Amino acid sequence: MTTQADINQEIEALRGTGGPQPRLDYPPYRSSLLRHPTKALQQADPEVIELWAPCFGHSDVGALEADLTIQHAGEPLGERIVVTGRVIDGDGAPVAHQLVEIWQANAAGRYLHQRDQHPAPLDPNFTGVGRCLTDADGTYRFQTIKPGAYPWRNHVNAWRPAHIHFSLFGTDFTQRLVTQMYFPGDQLFDLDPIFQSITDPKAREMLIATYDHDVSTPEHSLGYRWDIVLTGTHRTPLDPEDDR
Amino acid sequence: MTSAPGQTVGPFFHYALDLDRGNELVPPGSPGSIRLHGRVLDGDGAPVPDAMIEIWQAGPDGRIPRATGSLRRDGWTFTGWGRALTDTDGRYTFSTLEPGPTEAGRPPFFAVTVFARGLLDRLFTRAYLPGAADRPAADPLLAGLLPDRRATLITTREDRGLLFDIRLQGEGETVFLRYPRHGQ
Repeated sequence: MTTQADINQEIEALRGTGGPQPRLDYPPYRSSLLRHPTKALQQADPEVIELWAPCFGHSDVGALEADLTIQHAGEPLGERIVVTGRVIDGDGAPVAHQLVEIWQANAAGRYLHQRDQHPAPLDPNFTGVGRCLTDADGTYRFQTIKPGAYPWRNHVNAWRPAHIHFSLFGTDFTQRLVTQMYFPGDQLFDLDPIFQSITDPKAREMLIATYDHDVSTPEHSLGYRWDIVLTGTHRTPLDPEDDR
Repeated sequence: MTSAPGQTVGPFFHYALDLDRGNELVPPGSPGSIRLHGRVLDGDGAPVPDAMIEIWQAGPDGRIPRATGSLRRDGWTFTGWGRALTDTDGRYTFSTLEPGPTEAGRPPFFAVTVFARGLLDRLFTRAYLPGAADRPAADPLLAGLLPDRRATLITTREDRGLLFDIRLQGEGETVFLRYPRHGQ
């Protein structure tokens, strides 16, 4: 029986051993044991197809899909929040008109997913799935509710800090990113092997949104800002085929 | 600038990321369509039933698709991008077209991204058409790999298409890629 104390020790032993990206080989996250490559990633120069990314447009995503609170007859329970920010690439350029997908638990910490057996209530007014396209400035914006923390079975009394899953595309294939956005000041950060798989504290901070009172709206929602930096593009701005 | 770290897709992505016909870049059985499929396997050789595979590819003429519509397929537009979730046997399936060379003389491939519960960050790889095995020197990546490693990147021809298994760990582990701008 693995306790939180055991996991804490393992986390402690691995602190600072990885770079700014998560360690793929991170035993405190038990599900990673048989699912990480053991050989070093092979360095590859991108070929032509990898210098481009798929295109998504208004035929793919409806404007209402960015509001997770209006998908049902009633309003979901929980603390209404707005999450907004910019998607930029590693050179600081906005990632414009590109797809952002999110999914999350409801306010009670339950996903609308058949495999989620956590006996917290489902909310008939909350699915927890949203999509939008960034604007010309790389800005995205979602209206949703704050997700709850939830237990999982990595070890005894394991709890995930509240988070929203984000799926992002860049301007070239190599920039693809799936990650999780966390909320400031969560008491579970130090205990969570998924968050701590990023062993560099500065890099972990990049996944924590900031409360922004200018994003909060009177009588309605609290506001969080979270900017997302993708890796650098491999295409040069002088590429004559570049249609951005 | 440092890029944001990735995090696992987790166990609960299916209801959010499963797209209507996301894995049908062309309708199955339409002229020129092939099945690209395979299994995702873990270090014990067991199927990974909670993985997600995405492909991005040129058209048969080698052109890079610039059309939108991957999330709401109209059945006529080739967007070059698809997403498939693995089933309980760890199997994924795409209905698509064979990519052509984007540069003369270069072997065509599907650019592949792998996500799974238990996988803390996405993995990139390539699924080359079978012909790549005959002249690995034509491709800088293949040329730099030992034959047994190279073989993990090359699809196998079948009656109805191409087979490409993805082994996350261990015997026959698939070659996964790091691009220059990914840092150290």
